[in-house]
Amino acid sequence: MNSDLWILGTHMTPFRRQPDLDVVDLASQAALGAMKDGEVGIADMDILACGSLFQASAGLGQQLQDQIGQTGIPVYNVSNACATGATALRTVIMSIKAGESEMGLAVGVEQMGKMGLLAGASRRSDENVYEPSGRYGSVMSVDGILGTNTMPGVFAQAGMKYAYENDGVDFEQFAKVAQKNHAHSTMNPLAQYQKEFSLEEVMQSPMTSYPNTLLMCCPTGDGAAAAVVVSGERLRSLSTEQQKRAVKISASVLTSDPYVEDGQVQPDVNTLTRNASTAAYEAAGIGPEDLDLVELHDCFATAELIHYDNLQLCESGGAGDFIDSGAPYRNGSMPVNVSGGLISKGHPIGATGIANVYEVATHLRGEAGDRQIPDAKVGLTHVIGLGSSCGVHILEAAAV
Amino acid sequence: MTEENTAPEQIPIVTYLNLADPPHLKAQECKSCGARFFDRRNACASCGGGSFAEVAVSSDGVLQAFTIVHRAAPSIPVPYVSAIVKTDDGTSVRSNIINTPADVEHVTLGMRVALATYEVAEDDRGTKCIAFGYEPSS
Repeated sequence: MNSDLWILGTHMTPFRRQPDLDVVDLASQAALGAMKDGEVGIADMDILACGSLFQASAGLGQQLQDQIGQTGIPVYNVSNACATGATALRTVIMSIKAGESEMGLAVGVEQMGKMGLLAGASRRSDENVYEPSGRYGSVMSVDGILGTNTMPGVFAQAGMKYAYENDGVDFEQFAKVAQKNHAHSTMNPLAQYQKEFSLEEVMQSPMTSYPNTLLMCCPTGDGAAAAVVVSGERLRSLSTEQQKRAVKISASVLTSDPYVEDGQVQPDVNTLTRNASTAAYEAAGIGPEDLDLVELHDCFATAELIHYDNLQLCESGGAGDFIDSGAPYRNGSMPVNVSGGLISKGHPIGATGIANVYEVATHLRGEAGDRQIPDAKVGLTHVIGLGSSCGVHILEAAAV
Repeated sequence: MTEENTAPEQIPIVTYLNLADPPHLKAQECKSCGARFFDRRNACASCGGGSFAEVAVSSDGVLQAFTIVHRAAPSIPVPYVSAIVKTDDGTSVRSNIINTPADVEHVTLGMRVALATYEVAEDDRGTKCIAFGYEPSS
């Protein structure tokens, strides 16, 4: 069994609409980039995990091999909602931990084009006779009648539940999250959007699902990210330069929803995130106060605010005060989403859970250029997919 | 024409809406731990128990979370208020807030609400689909 694990190389493509490439091209760019970054090749890989939400059933991992090298290694095609990328990464990590592999490649990719509003169902117009169907015996699509199924709406409700439980949390505090992340993205050339907006512009942009305005929602887009993971033993056989740039994986955790009473009507994004972060801090032997930067799952501004609390970055119930204090801004005490986050960097679903590892690793290596968080030594990544699945990784700079 | 004769006058939008007088929601309650579910069950998500009893859910409750939806699929009228209501007997329900304007002046966290039903549409046989929502109460 291997005890210590490292990111040897990592890469992400720009996130944006890329209609001239297909999903295999995007995955190939990320995979080849990550191996080049780690100064290794496909022949060094013992395992490949390829994550994609909408294209996973197409044997994407094998199609990727067909482009970058068919060496006969095991391939895992992974799909796990918005935690797909983190799950692909963790698949490789588990294989190395178990001693079945020494080095492996995790790729996350998604080509979404302009998918628009996710998960809001149209009403069927061709039905003429009502017949109960499905687990709830519904006679028609209930979206818009028995509440909302749209993602901006579901996450808006999650934020409003937090506001209900914690007096004083309001629209402006949610909006500040988006103002911050759009501002951060101006320093990230790989971000889908790189434009700053004032708080007023964020609050006055068209309302999608109160309190989430358009500028408080992540876009759909195309992109890929990849990471090469290596055992400590194998790493120590590589060059000094490779060892210096390697980033330690101090914790890798995946959780799902424990039962909560309201889980059947409103996805609980809180409990599993809190559980994952607690387990990750314990595994890494650190606390949230030791983190130099965090990339968390801000699919909507309401989500980021409640995850300050779920990841224990602030006092319990204190997420509103936390954003007001300036702590999560890039010059604050706990920089959050300095990449621009999902809101502005973009969210090609399968890529997101590895793109956040790319971002944190780049800072820990001191290679983030203009947007470098000075002296970053420890960082945390977080993704959550509804359903639900939550992935948390803690990364540490190599001690050299 | 016998088909028209056998068509029900009305049908609930979901099976867990009971159109008895007064209309109310019903749930499958786990006999071991008391967890309630609106769908048909294989076992209990809370404790794994396999035995359930049908119970009536309170029609009164408190608004715990809401969102005012302005963008939805094309056939869905907006804006509307989607809400999570906690009933007085402790069951969370999701539906729309109805019979009140869709704005933050009229819809507030913590307000008291009560279940109300209304007709959504009618099928070719003349059967009316009845849905439920929650309206402000005192």
